[in-house]
Amino acid sequence: MTDRAFLKLTGLLIGLWLVLPTLVIVPVSLNPRRSLAVSWSDWSLQWFQRFFDDPRWLDALTTSVVVAVQASVLATVLGTMAAFALERVTGKFRRVLDASIATPIVIPVILLGIGIYFAFLRWGLAGTTQGLVLAHAVTALPLVVHPVSAALSRYDRSLDRAASSLGAGAVARFYQVTLPMIAPGVLAGALFAFIWSFDEVVMAIFLSSPRQPTLPVLMFNSVTQSVDPTVAAASVLVLASSTVVVLLAMALSRKGARSG
Amino acid sequence: MVGGERRLSGQHVAVAVRGMTDVLDATVGSGSRWLTPLRGRHGPTGLLLAAPLVLLLLVVGYPMWVLLQQSVSGPLGWNIFLELLASDVTRAVLLRTLLTAALVTFVCLVLGYPYAYLLTVASPLLRAVLIVLVVLPFWTSFTIRTLAWVVLLQDQGMINNTLSTLGLPSLSLIRNVTGVVIGMAHVMLPFAVLPLYAAMRRIDRRLVDAAVACGASRRAAWRQVYLPLSLPGIVAASVLVFILSLGFFITPQLLGSPRNALLSQLIYMNVTQVGDNTTASALGVLLVAVTLLLLVALTVIVRILPGRTPKGAR
Repeated sequence: MTDRAFLKLTGLLIGLWLVLPTLVIVPVSLNPRRSLAVSWSDWSLQWFQRFFDDPRWLDALTTSVVVAVQASVLATVLGTMAAFALERVTGKFRRVLDASIATPIVIPVILLGIGIYFAFLRWGLAGTTQGLVLAHAVTALPLVVHPVSAALSRYDRSLDRAASSLGAGAVARFYQVTLPMIAPGVLAGALFAFIWSFDEVVMAIFLSSPRQPTLPVLMFNSVTQSVDPTVAAASVLVLASSTVVVLLAMALSRKGARSG
Repeated sequence: MVGGERRLSGQHVAVAVRGMTDVLDATVGSGSRWLTPLRGRHGPTGLLLAAPLVLLLLVVGYPMWVLLQQSVSGPLGWNIFLELLASDVTRAVLLRTLLTAALVTFVCLVLGYPYAYLLTVASPLLRAVLIVLVVLPFWTSFTIRTLAWVVLLQDQGMINNTLSTLGLPSLSLIRNVTGVVIGMAHVMLPFAVLPLYAAMRRIDRRLVDAAVACGASRRAAWRQVYLPLSLPGIVAASVLVFILSLGFFITPQLLGSPRNALLSQLIYMNVTQVGDNTTASALGVLLVAVTLLLLVALTVIVRILPGRTPKGAR
């Protein structure tokens, strides 16, 4: 049994190693001095105030939210369509489809970044919000297809037949029966896609307009180009809000997978 | 579910994709899986698939084609690849990228294997806690996680300050390969743990007990039964971590240095500072080629490795 205890201890240590280092950013954001360091003696909220006073940071936040909302909506619609279609495909073709939808997340993101940038240069989409939304939405597809498929696989098909026998057409059946039943899965997918777009930085570096950077791009620039502790305050805000969204999405998708 | 046998064979990229599927599985819900297909249903399947697939082709497929096209569009034509491979700088960067990715993969396997194993034997409560601990960082912005490592590792950072308080010599932990490996292993660990866990969950632990009952020592039973059975998970985890590490950009950019640049940083520099899109594209194609080559090699190695997965493994 000492073996088991040792294993547990190792596991917990690794788990803490996964989570704790990131939290160092919290004391850094409270450091009154202009450096990316931890100060134990005094603290201040000035970097948070700076974040909310400086139009650069607020604009970046707005840009990120606008892009992420649009990308999430587009990915959710497309991903739900794909999940419904995939349900009816079997065999080899099915494996090819699964793989093609999941491919964007195994292509090195730097290649997606420059590849999409060069392609969008040809189409005049580089540096536009629409271009960034499109790139984020398509690469977020698997994040939506997955939870929606999971919810659909738990969905009782006899409900469809019941609705049909009561006179519902295909459209009414989808909106009044199927969609409400799989809603947790769809919502989880939407939240995952939102987080994906909101946090994504490499594609955004190439695709967002220099005058309208997204929040992660501005954070990346402020780390590489200057020492501005406002980035720590921004990190804490993003960290807190995305943790809440992810926990919510996880709870929803589990619910969707169980009931539904 | 997908058997271990099929996991190891054939489609090389598919191994990575499946690994990613395992990651999504854990994130999205314990019971979730890709759908069991319904036969004989007719509907607007093609119509529903058309929009997502066309967009995938335009936004992911076409850009990859553009990279290839653009890399051979210069005065050198296809010779650009020979030229790049002949250059000492590119070769050094390529080698450093491969070594870094290999180191990161190794660290992630060493840390991820016991963690994934613990997940399979832990009580439901502990398992839930451990899953959240691994899934939360997966969804936390890479930029923020790397930024935290900058704070910890920098010359006047937390680790070095602690060392100097203790009267120990300070360490050079940033702007070198050490920093990059620490940061990348931290970011990549969830990508190793979740495929490993998915594979280990399917192992019937009674097989180990049976081996012991037949007279094998605990250690021998573990090495000859459990380890081979978990091989598909090891392969999926290593392939996924290795591929993602090869093209990782943010962490090396913030924790490494231009002198120790990785391939992704060289590509970035070529686009943003030099403005040489042809070389950048060619380096990108090189990255894909190297990745695919290694995946093929790995599949071959795994095929001839002894101790293949029995069909009965769940």
